[in-house]
Amino acid sequence: MMNPSQGRGLGSGGGSSSGRNKGGEAVVEMFPSGLRVLVVDDDPTCLMILERMLRTCLYEVTKCNRAEMALSLLRKNKHGFDIVISDVHMPDMDGFKLLEHVGLEMDLPVIMMSADDSKSVVLKGVTHGAVDYLIKPVRMEALKNIWQHVVRKRRSEWSVPEHSGSIEETGQQQQQRGPAVSEDAADDNASSVNNEGNNWRSSSNNSRKRKEEEGDEQGDEDASNLKKPRVVWSVELHQQFVAAVNQLGVEKAVPKKILELMNVPGLTRENVASHLQKYRIYLRRLGGVSQHQGNLNNSFMTGQDASFGPLSSLNGFDLQALAVTGQLPAQSLAQLQAAGLGRPAMVSKSGLPVSSVVDERSIFSFDNSKPRFGDGIGGHQTQQPQMNLLHGVPTGMEPRQLAGLQQQLPVGGNRMSIQQQIAAVRAGHSGMLMPQQQPFPRGPPSIRQPMLPNRITERSGFSGRSSVPESSRVLPTSYTNLATQQHSSTSVAFNSFQQELPVNSFPLPSAPGLSVPTQVRKPHSSSSSYQEEVNSSEAGFATPSYDMFSNRHNDWDLRSIAFDAHQDAESVAFSNSEAFSSSSMSRNNNNNATVAATDLGRNQQQTLSGMVPHHQVYGNGGGGGSSVRVKSERDTAAMAFHEQYSNQEDLMSALLKQEGVAPVVDTEFDFDAYSIDDIPV
Amino acid sequence: MQRQVALIKQSLFDQGYLDEQFIELEELQDDANPNFVEEVATLYFKDSARLISNIEQALERGSFDFNRLDNYMHQFKGSSTSIGASKVKTECTMFREYCRVGNAEGFLTIPYLRRVQMFEDFQATEERARNVEKEA
Repeated sequence: MMNPSQGRGLGSGGGSSSGRNKGGEAVVEMFPSGLRVLVVDDDPTCLMILERMLRTCLYEVTKCNRAEMALSLLRKNKHGFDIVISDVHMPDMDGFKLLEHVGLEMDLPVIMMSADDSKSVVLKGVTHGAVDYLIKPVRMEALKNIWQHVVRKRRSEWSVPEHSGSIEETGQQQQQRGPAVSEDAADDNASSVNNEGNNWRSSSNNSRKRKEEEGDEQGDEDASNLKKPRVVWSVELHQQFVAAVNQLGVEKAVPKKILELMNVPGLTRENVASHLQKYRIYLRRLGGVSQHQGNLNNSFMTGQDASFGPLSSLNGFDLQALAVTGQLPAQSLAQLQAAGLGRPAMVSKSGLPVSSVVDERSIFSFDNSKPRFGDGIGGHQTQQPQMNLLHGVPTGMEPRQLAGLQQQLPVGGNRMSIQQQIAAVRAGHSGMLMPQQQPFPRGPPSIRQPMLPNRITERSGFSGRSSVPESSRVLPTSYTNLATQQHSSTSVAFNSFQQELPVNSFPLPSAPGLSVPTQVRKPHSSSSSYQEEVNSSEAGFATPSYDMFSNRHNDWDLRSIAFDAHQDAESVAFSNSEAFSSSSMSRNNNNNATVAATDLGRNQQQTLSGMVPHHQVYGNGGGGGSSVRVKSERDTAAMAFHEQYSNQEDLMSALLKQEGVAPVVDTEFDFDAYSIDDIPV
Repeated sequence: MQRQVALIKQSLFDQGYLDEQFIELEELQDDANPNFVEEVATLYFKDSARLISNIEQALERGSFDFNRLDNYMHQFKGSSTSIGASKVKTECTMFREYCRVGNAEGFLTIPYLRRVQMFEDFQATEERARNVEKEA
């Protein structure tokens, strides 16, 4: 059985768990074995029995007979455990209090247990957030299944909306796995993830990278090992998609047929389905001015203002969603957003979770004051309920905000600023995302629903993130298609949007499908480099284990507590991404903006740290827009995006034309609408 | 010796001193952990002895601190259920009821202590049996 000496004694768990991190990858293979459990009980008999039982289940056990000690163990080793089992009655601290602490600080699932089976106590456990309540004597059967709580928790955090059935959101508690880990490790893990629940670590990765890396070289880094790589809807891919749809007829296009027509290896029906959904929304938005997909839609149609709206909602949502799920690299989000921003950079909303909903308006209105992300995002929140939910997932800017932004941002000239703003928003979102995480994980409503910009908030951060990024991405993509042709860099950004497409309104929780994240990586060389950087930065975080989870956790943790810890990681990541983005970004004029944004992003990023790694990818991929340096991954993404989109207007028009949609005023298009979704939160 | 141990054990089960939880514990024992049950039982006795003495002390004092007593009993009950000492568990529950009710007399009828003693005897016997096996 597990090595008896492991975790024996109090506090020895740290050793075992940390050891696990390194070899975590290997351990992950046999989920749920290797699950790292911390047992807290003042009764030595019970403690010994539990330890024995858990070891028999092939879990890694650390036992503790004092709550205080358990807490300090947890704090010292944030990612060292996946689940906590605690007795209710303890002399030094009430079990429920410990439960609260753990939930808040580490966001790990906690199981309560007691010989007391009175209803009131059990209810108390429920209300305090325990994931389960075991009555003593605890039997093996009960312990055998505790891993489900870990998986469940992870799932809810990542709310991987679509496909990737194998994504088990491995409920890894280890939120802290460091974003880097998730990115890098995810790849490794992810590959194995596809065994349902086998590789819990991977699953997290998977969920993160749900999108298959379709035709996105950049995504390779992340997805290389993923079994289910994220699909990044690059411009080319989107074009293929659009071509297929047109061939079949928009109304008649079904995912299966589209998939066949596209004939892209590795692309799944689900990817196509989600992308199609977004695309439809996008089209609807274009076609029906008044579509009120979610605030955003309307905005889109009506031109700049309109575009902001939908974009923001979409972008914010998607981006956020994506960001959240880590699928959308922050960068891509940024890109998307930027793309979407072509008009008003609503994206920012989703991009930056920071303080929640940065005022999109504020973001847009100023070119240089990107740092507002945080603010912007916060602003959004108020505006849109969604944002709140997303907390940090700046899912699309609220239409209102967008509108405000729009006005502020002149379509043409300020594109860049918009982009920057978007990036900023993105960063802000990401920042926001983080904070929100906590509440969300508790029960984030998976917004996935097709977007409605408002939806984004539904996403509640976690899911929203993922979706958001996607949505935003989608939108731009459509536009970007056109644009990309013209501008490689921008196209990259667009790609992300494109995928998101039309769905500004897509709240996109389903973003994962959008594969934005990967795309953001940007097929372009510049972006690739960026991505690498990003990846490396992620690696920096590196928490070995469960990339997905760790990232997520990181994000969440940041919010709750671990800002410092993450920040370190993030800073690393950031620096990487930054470096990268700066080079790439330089291209875009948004340098200024991006810088500003990055600053914001930076702050946000830190919080995001977990998320950041992912997002970074986004941003960078986008296109190196220097502006996107975005510290926070998201920002970079946004920035990059912005940069790219500086030409977005043209791109958009081109894209629109291509799409057969009357290029409503470039301004209208403003990918912003899209980008918002994409805004990597 | 083994037979003796087996008989005692069986009687304990029959009389309700031990329940299926004990069997669970036995199942946890294997070659890698050959003395698991013994270790747990030893731990239990030590801990319960401590608890019992706390309880007795609390009872000796003039005024019964029911809350404290209740706490002790809860702990004792937890240990006992974990190890499968069902009768002890039952007694603890009863005791706690007395605590709640504030029934001082109830405290005094505490046969569980004796039962615990029997359980301990059993464990000691089993331990001896094992030692004998080892030597053999």
